[in-house]
Amino acid sequence: MSLPFVLRMAAREGRASLRRLGVLAGAVAAGVGALVAINGFTESLQASVRAQARALLGADLAFGSAYPFSDAARTRLAALQEEGGGGRRARVARFAAMAFLPRNSATRLSQVVASEPGYPFYGTIRTDPPGLWGALGPEDALLDPALLSALEARRGDTLALGEGRFTVRGVVTEVPGDVALRSALGPRIYVAFAAVEGTKLLTFGSRARHEEYLQLADAAQAPRLAARHRAALAAERVSLRTVSEDQESVNDGYGRLGQYLGLVALVALLLGGVGVASAVHVLIKRRWESIAVLRCLGAGAREVMAVYLLQAGALGLLGGVAGAAGGVLLQMALPQVVGEFLPVDVDFAVSWRAVALGVALGLWVALVFALLPLLAVRRIAPLAALRRPYEEAPARGDRARLLAGAALVASVTLLSVQQAPSVAQGVVFAAAVVAVLAVCALAARGLVALVRRYGPRGGPYVWRQGLANLHRPANQTVTVVLALGFGVFLLETVFAVQGNLLRDLRVDARPDRPNVVFFDIQPEQRARVEGDVRAAGHAPEPAVPIVPMRIHALKGVPASAFLATSAGRRGPGPAGPGPAAWAVRREYRSTYRDLGVSSETTVEGRLWSPGAGRGIEGPVPVSIEEDVARELGVALGDAITWDVQGRLLESRVVHVRRVDWGRFEPNFFVVFPEGPLDGAPRSYVTMARIGAPDERTRLFASLARAFPNVTAVDLTQVQQAVERVVSRMALAVRFMAAFTLLAGGAVLVGAVAASRHQRVHESVLLRTLGATRAQVLRILLAEYAALGTLAGLAALVLAASASWALVRFVFESPFTLPLPGLAVLSAGAALATVVVGLLGSREVLSRPPLEVLRSE
Amino acid sequence: MLVRMLKAEELGQAYSSGGQELDVLRDVSFELEAGAFAAIVGPSGSGKSTLLGLLAGLDRPRHGRVWLDGQDLGALTEDQRARVRAEKIGFVFQSFHLIPTLTARENVQVPLELRGLPARERAEELLARVGLAGRAHHYPSQLSGGEQQRVALARAFCHRPRILFADEPTGNLDAATGATIIQLMAELNRESGTTLVLVTHDNELAGRARRVIRLRDGRVVADSAHPSLRAVLP
Repeated sequence: MSLPFVLRMAAREGRASLRRLGVLAGAVAAGVGALVAINGFTESLQASVRAQARALLGADLAFGSAYPFSDAARTRLAALQEEGGGGRRARVARFAAMAFLPRNSATRLSQVVASEPGYPFYGTIRTDPPGLWGALGPEDALLDPALLSALEARRGDTLALGEGRFTVRGVVTEVPGDVALRSALGPRIYVAFAAVEGTKLLTFGSRARHEEYLQLADAAQAPRLAARHRAALAAERVSLRTVSEDQESVNDGYGRLGQYLGLVALVALLLGGVGVASAVHVLIKRRWESIAVLRCLGAGAREVMAVYLLQAGALGLLGGVAGAAGGVLLQMALPQVVGEFLPVDVDFAVSWRAVALGVALGLWVALVFALLPLLAVRRIAPLAALRRPYEEAPARGDRARLLAGAALVASVTLLSVQQAPSVAQGVVFAAAVVAVLAVCALAARGLVALVRRYGPRGGPYVWRQGLANLHRPANQTVTVVLALGFGVFLLETVFAVQGNLLRDLRVDARPDRPNVVFFDIQPEQRARVEGDVRAAGHAPEPAVPIVPMRIHALKGVPASAFLATSAGRRGPGPAGPGPAAWAVRREYRSTYRDLGVSSETTVEGRLWSPGAGRGIEGPVPVSIEEDVARELGVALGDAITWDVQGRLLESRVVHVRRVDWGRFEPNFFVVFPEGPLDGAPRSYVTMARIGAPDERTRLFASLARAFPNVTAVDLTQVQQAVERVVSRMALAVRFMAAFTLLAGGAVLVGAVAASRHQRVHESVLLRTLGATRAQVLRILLAEYAALGTLAGLAALVLAASASWALVRFVFESPFTLPLPGLAVLSAGAALATVVVGLLGSREVLSRPPLEVLRSE
Repeated sequence: MLVRMLKAEELGQAYSSGGQELDVLRDVSFELEAGAFAAIVGPSGSGKSTLLGLLAGLDRPRHGRVWLDGQDLGALTEDQRARVRAEKIGFVFQSFHLIPTLTARENVQVPLELRGLPARERAEELLARVGLAGRAHHYPSQLSGGEQQRVALARAFCHRPRILFADEPTGNLDAATGATIIQLMAELNRESGTTLVLVTHDNELAGRARRVIRLRDGRVVADSAHPSLRAVLP
């Protein structure tokens, strides 16, 4: 092969083609830019987390439990501190409570953070006015800015938490490691640990998280001490975290988030590849004669291929470099989109690794996608210079084509795998991408074949001509449908999934459904709380008793044994053999009743008959929810020993239930029969329907005055908070999906540009034959409307299927198709196609018909 | 009495090229009566195609005027001229210019359909007339050059134009095929009484015309119908 020839030819040809194909570099750039931005950002984020790791934890070691630390745990903690050469310790308690502002009777469910002086040992909590954190007195309270405005509180106001009275001193503006969005779900109140007792809120029955933070004189000892004491502390239901574990889990989590978003970005890049493939295909068809002439003059098929491959490479490189530059800029904008999810302020840094990878990917995708259409060059015989065959020889399934196809599939799979969190996910993703592309391509080909074979026989001529254009030689129908369809599909899928998840969380609007919940009602308060609700004109649902308990032994084996051996494993999921640690460790808030409720269905066994539990001797029958039964590894007939506030209670599983957790109803993992728990310390929960918001406010205020320990939850507020979180997440995904649409748009513009020559020629001919401008315009309109509608329809069908599968199998909730919304999105896509198509064809209308005589 | 079909009056056209005005046509005048068969001949670059464009209303002249079937083309807008073309003019081009996405029959139908008229029977009739009844459903790429030009002829006559412009209609065909095309065109011309304007550089072809207008460097140098120029004819 003559390299100088190839280079010179590529440069000469490239000058001409670049003008026309430049927009496709834009498609590649959109994908590369999105990838570079998300990968670079994830890297910066992880670097920031590493740099601020100690501040994230606030200490060298952190201990936490759902229970007050046992004496054994306390002793061990002291020993551990001793071994670490001494140091400082600080306790922190976190619990939910009603914040009540007597001045204006405002109430809000809040998350109280009560800490001892010294915490955090690393990092700074910033306040407004500044400097309040270190000087927090026993009667001072600091609020989240969101809470301050929700309560309409002012500095100096008195704030009631339980029996305690505090003075609002200011707001907390920054807490290391705190995710801003979390305050939407539970706005914080910061008080001194010493003030907790005065609130009387941490008496029996309320849920709290107990924590101890430890700063070691010799911080380097932390990992060793953690390893040494972890199991023993776990047996006491105390978990412990070191700085590096904390950093690792944060970075794992955000790394995965980045990878998922990166996968969406990858789709944009692949669409760019599809655009390049299509452009090369068209280019080869157009250069058929000149390639044949080159062959006549003695150029080999390989050399001609190299000429065009070089051009595709240049396109990819151009797109890669432009995209990488854009991606770096975009990286700076990303904190605006995902900032509320982040535990740290991310320092901007250019990730040269992400940039280099992005440029390389742009180049690679352009080359590998160009290869398949380029193989057609081999079929251009030198003879074609003399006479172009009427029918092109059909593409053969020879070895080169198979190889090129395999390279393409392998590349897509490899790209997905390197971007996905796991190999399996990468493969599934690649398969899904290929499947969606295949469906779009099939739909487009089907339409072309249909129009060609059965085309509309009736109807106005302009529409028939417009549809016929879909199968003009070197048409790009498939490309456009593919690129547009995929972009719209992604957006619609996000839209449909988001809609379904939010609908699930919507408060039941029917007038008889409850929308407020009152928790932590003490037995002696029950009648009076119900009386107050009734006095406000609303019938409360019957109060449901709640008895907190923990697992003492499972099938005869002490819980502490499971906990000690499973120490260090976090979270739910397949934790190897044996029960999951979280399910053994957690506090169970169980109820007792003799009847099933409507949100439950029996999976196995039978519920006891009413009264069966009264005066029972031996193990008490219990009903257990199916998921937690699986996590615990228990089945019908298995024994569980419960620790009910110090009293042990034997039980046997006689019933397994499925629970519809989506319903706002008091649902339980474990249900006891009436009788055995009669004497146990308990609290009550009750619900009611209070329609008017100001009535809710009034009732909440009067209850907060009379029963400060009772927690009132306004489900409408919960719903709004959840909606905010979900929509922020959807925004991040949509932000990335927008790049897919951008790439799709660039491919569309490229396709319009590539067929410009032909389109101009045809319309000039039609004008010569007497067509008016309006008629030519309508022909174009028909063509683009058909293209856009097909892409929109394919996207709609695909998005409906994909969101159904996601909602049904990943989020495990019932699916409703938001057809009107999807239809609007699809129609918008079709409209955009028409607009881009017509804008790209302005020239078609302005050329004088005379040119038909010049094109000889 | 003979009806005047086409009149060119002191036609002039100039294009700017590289900042210079380039006269491509100067002071061209002639008249054609209905049913005439005229050839415009001349070497390449003599202004033949430019003249054809002006006569068919594809372009506006710098000077002078064109009347087609009594209408002053210069007084019409581009879309109005398109109407005139759709109703009164037929075209045959050197490289056929069929629409590749339409079948032979659909291509023939285009001029009638642009005016919203029923076209199918007429198209089939004309395809039969040019000997392509059996190829109605073939796409242009499935036809030979001669067949494509016959389809183009059928298209040109489909809407019964008053005047037909043919621009080097045999230029891309071998001699035998070209002769058939010209034969066919002459027959159709006779049958329908259409005025025929043939542009060519082929003297032999031009010889079949009843009138020959010869161009050189943008001027009429001979006109067989013009007594004062008759002497210059070869």
